[in-house]
Amino acid sequence: MNTILKMAWRNIWRNKRRTILMMLSIFIAVVLSLFTRSMQKGTYANMIANTVKLSTGYIQIHKKGYWDNKSINETFVETTKLRNLLSGDKNLTLTLPRLESFALASSGKHTKGAVIIGTNPKLEDSLNHYSKKIIKGKYFKSNDKAVLVSDKLAEFLQLSVDDTLVLIGQGYHGITAAAKYPIKGIFHFPIPQLDNQLILMPLKESQYFYAAPNRITSISLMLNNPGNEDKTIIMLRGKLGNNYEVMPWQDMNREMVQAIESDNVGGIIMIAILYMVIGFGVFGTVMMMTMERRKEFAIMIAVGMKKTKLLTMVVWETVFIGIVAILAGLLVTYPLLLYLFYHPIPLTGDLASYMIAFGAEPILPFSLEPNIFIIQTISVIIISIIAVLYPLSVLLRFNVLKAMRS
Amino acid sequence: MSIITTNNLHKIYDETIVPVYAVNGISLEFDKGEFTAIIGPSGCGKTTLLNLIGGLDQPTKGEVIIDGTNITQLKQTEIIDFRLKNIGFVFQAYNLIPVLTAKENIEFIMQLQGIPKKDRDKRVIDLLEAVGLKDRMNNRPSELSGGQQQRVAVARALASKPKFVLADEPTANLDSKSTNNLLDIMLKLNEVEGTTFIFSTHDSRVMQRAHRLISLEDGKVQQDQKIK
Ligand SMILES: Nc1ncnc2c1ncn2[C@@H]1O[C@H](COP(=O)(O)OP(=O)(O)OP(=O)(O)O)[C@@H](O)[C@H]1O
Ligand SMILES: [Mg+2]
Repeated sequence: MNTILKMAWRNIWRNKRRTILMMLSIFIAVVLSLFTRSMQKGTYANMIANTVKLSTGYIQIHKKGYWDNKSINETFVETTKLRNLLSGDKNLTLTLPRLESFALASSGKHTKGAVIIGTNPKLEDSLNHYSKKIIKGKYFKSNDKAVLVSDKLAEFLQLSVDDTLVLIGQGYHGITAAAKYPIKGIFHFPIPQLDNQLILMPLKESQYFYAAPNRITSISLMLNNPGNEDKTIIMLRGKLGNNYEVMPWQDMNREMVQAIESDNVGGIIMIAILYMVIGFGVFGTVMMMTMERRKEFAIMIAVGMKKTKLLTMVVWETVFIGIVAILAGLLVTYPLLLYLFYHPIPLTGDLASYMIAFGAEPILPFSLEPNIFIIQTISVIIISIIAVLYPLSVLLRFNVLKAMRS
Repeated sequence: MSIITTNNLHKIYDETIVPVYAVNGISLEFDKGEFTAIIGPSGCGKTTLLNLIGGLDQPTKGEVIIDGTNITQLKQTEIIDFRLKNIGFVFQAYNLIPVLTAKENIEFIMQLQGIPKKDRDKRVIDLLEAVGLKDRMNNRPSELSGGQQQRVAVARALASKPKFVLADEPTANLDSKSTNNLLDIMLKLNEVEGTTFIFSTHDSRVMQRAHRLISLEDGKVQQDQKIK
């Protein structure tokens, strides 16, 4: 066996230039795909993090059935028990209770439907940095009896800081909710569809407004490690029981899941094409390597080498080429990606300003997800297997005498 | 006691309409310790006969019996194993594995046979000494002359102590000096180790040194003479 390995290793270096070219082509494929995949996955993770921050968090807890009809009646009380349960989990970096519902916002002749978010100003700010989005007036405090209004909505209602806003809606169990609030600040929300309908209110005040004391519609959770999302969900479902629904962002934001999936498929296809091209090259070279050595193989078999041993040798040759190429690819790429993971590429220009407006850092982040590396390794192994199929089939049908005569 | 017997051996190639009788009814016996040359004009069937005896080719008719085993009845995998254990081969060219050194080439066959390392080492050195290449044992075939390569091939053929060695024109690519040198070595091994050699040749100088001459024509034995 040892000798077989030794022969395989030496065989691949008989034609150094060809072998190096073959390795180089695999190497380049590995580096390119690791690089692009890492960037894609990094961008997705960043996009997800930015989006869930602005909306639902990675996971949201609701009363069972809330998500389907989003009614103010499907609220629940944030009990101490619930709070303790959540504060005990290490993967949760932030738990944010909100009371969200609809109301008509009006001032003078103008009326418009609005989304009212009752929230904890401090926690909300640590997540969304609303205080930095304030363009007029001030950010609010938890005992304020005032609201923050989004930019476009204020413009539509022709209101400014210190003006009074009238809200009319339906409260808990059909009670009419109506009140007047002074506007403490006006903020710009990066998503246009929401910028013309958002109103922020201290949680306590919103519970009073909707006549739903202590009740909330959701608890949004941010995670230390989004990769552990599934585990956390299973844990929460187990502990919370049937009265609650624990939803991952994927269930609440299907559009983003689909956008990412279709982009991801595009990336995978690109890499598949790259690997196919490389694969053909390797296949052709391995085929040549076999054809050239027919006489040699014939003599080896004639003197008593079993075909299986010969097959093993040829397989090892391809495996060695693959291993060297993939190791070189990993060795070169991993440190680079590691660096880029901690020092993402800063973006400039329009894209950067768009991202800043969206509330995201203008960076091109990279991912070090183990899957990226595993999949490239598997791809190279598959290429090697395909490339070695032809020599194997040649050897299996090998006719010693014919080969010796040729 | 003969170690090889061929009974009414035929190899017929049905080339298009005209069949080629490459070997056309050959019955021969070879004894242990023989040093036999098979001669005859090009196309008379020397290679075909050697291939049949070595189990590299299947006869159309007849049989080859080696030390009591009818090898024409062995399965493909059995025959490879049989060759490994019983027959040494030397071909005209491309004998050696290019990526192995002289020493490794000789050792390789013994490894395939499963001979332990310690025994291998001694045998390899002995053989290299016998073929006069001990100082070149760490060179690869490409670093050896044609004659040296053939000497390594002879050493390799003997490595596993086969019942006999078949050599198809082993000197065809060698100059006269190398040819003589190779024959000296073969004869010495024939004497010292008692190895049976059966080889084909075109070269009259090689024929002169054989102990038995079998000449073929059109696939038939024309003459079979013992010289010594
Ligand atoms: N595979 C084959 N198909 C058809 N005919 C063949 C085949 N192999 C050998 N022959 C024919 O069989 C005959 C004997 O060939 P063989 O190679 O045994 O001759 P040889 O005595 O070794 O000749 P040389 O001295 O040139 O090596 C020749 O006529 C050859 O053309
Ligand atoms: Mg011949």
